[in-house]
Amino acid sequence: MSGFELGGRQWGSRLIMGTGGFRSLDSMEKAIEASGAEIVTVALRRVDANASGSVIDSLNRAGRFLLPNTAGCYTAHDAVVTARMAREAFETDWVKLEVIGDDRTLYPDPTELLEAAETLVAEGFVVLPYTNDDPILARRLEQAGCAAVMPLGAPIGSGMGIRNPYNLAIIAERAGVPVICDAGVGTASDAAVAMELGCDGVLLASAVARARDPIKMAFAMRSAIEAGRLAFEAGRMPRKRHAEASTPVEGTAEFLRD
Amino acid sequence: MRLIVNGETRELPDSATVAELVAGEAPDLAGGRGVAVAVDAEIVPRGEWALTPLEPGQRVELLAAMQGGA
Repeated sequence: MSGFELGGRQWGSRLIMGTGGFRSLDSMEKAIEASGAEIVTVALRRVDANASGSVIDSLNRAGRFLLPNTAGCYTAHDAVVTARMAREAFETDWVKLEVIGDDRTLYPDPTELLEAAETLVAEGFVVLPYTNDDPILARRLEQAGCAAVMPLGAPIGSGMGIRNPYNLAIIAERAGVPVICDAGVGTASDAAVAMELGCDGVLLASAVARARDPIKMAFAMRSAIEAGRLAFEAGRMPRKRHAEASTPVEGTAEFLRD
Repeated sequence: MRLIVNGETRELPDSATVAELVAGEAPDLAGGRGVAVAVDAEIVPRGEWALTPLEPGQRVELLAAMQGGA
């Protein structure tokens, strides 16, 4: 299975891991190790003087590429300022752009998202936007200069799987930039489905963090994404309504009854 | 002087700079990667912390990398 290009760089793993929701730093580190993910997303939050153990240090030690996100931003303005601060804090131009529309669905706000993407691209950022599974918005984000589009499979943290596989397939077929399925994956088969639909990668956190055994689930995701990609490249057989025998009818024995 | 740091009122010497504020608020992080400062929504690059004086009433956001999101 080949790697893929994202943001002008070559990556071996098609799995991007988030760091939210883990029960401990130790559990997160081991799960990320098992996942094989090279890119790991992290958030920016107000400094807590009592916090100990820097997430940055441990992930850096493990050689991960840190992708700052704008999790928790509800306006283009907040997301743009957060991205600028992330650039300063992480010394990277890469940003996972998230602009949320409301706190019940956590769906992206399309107009704010597009506005933030345009601003950040103009400022030289490598923008990876978390987007709705809307092919038109995906196209607009690509036209705006985003380095990828990252449509959701289902709401963040819902674990509901790929709710609109047709839209995801349309986005993957038409995109000229990598398509990463971001949010909604609940278990390994969901990740495989996303890959079989033609996505170039999967971004997930909760499915691993909230599994009974996060390390085992991380390995399951890694395997599923590899399997799904191989199946996509191999090309699935056509679906049919009726059976089609795989053994030739010719040469079938005939047994006479008296 | 009084200013707002991460949403809370702080009393600082009149001569305080961004570097001194960071050293006071986040002693473990003061030199390190993973911290960013915005004063009234304008980012102050790390190299300018020591040269940037604070003024009364400013709103400072002091952010650091955290586990979170996806």
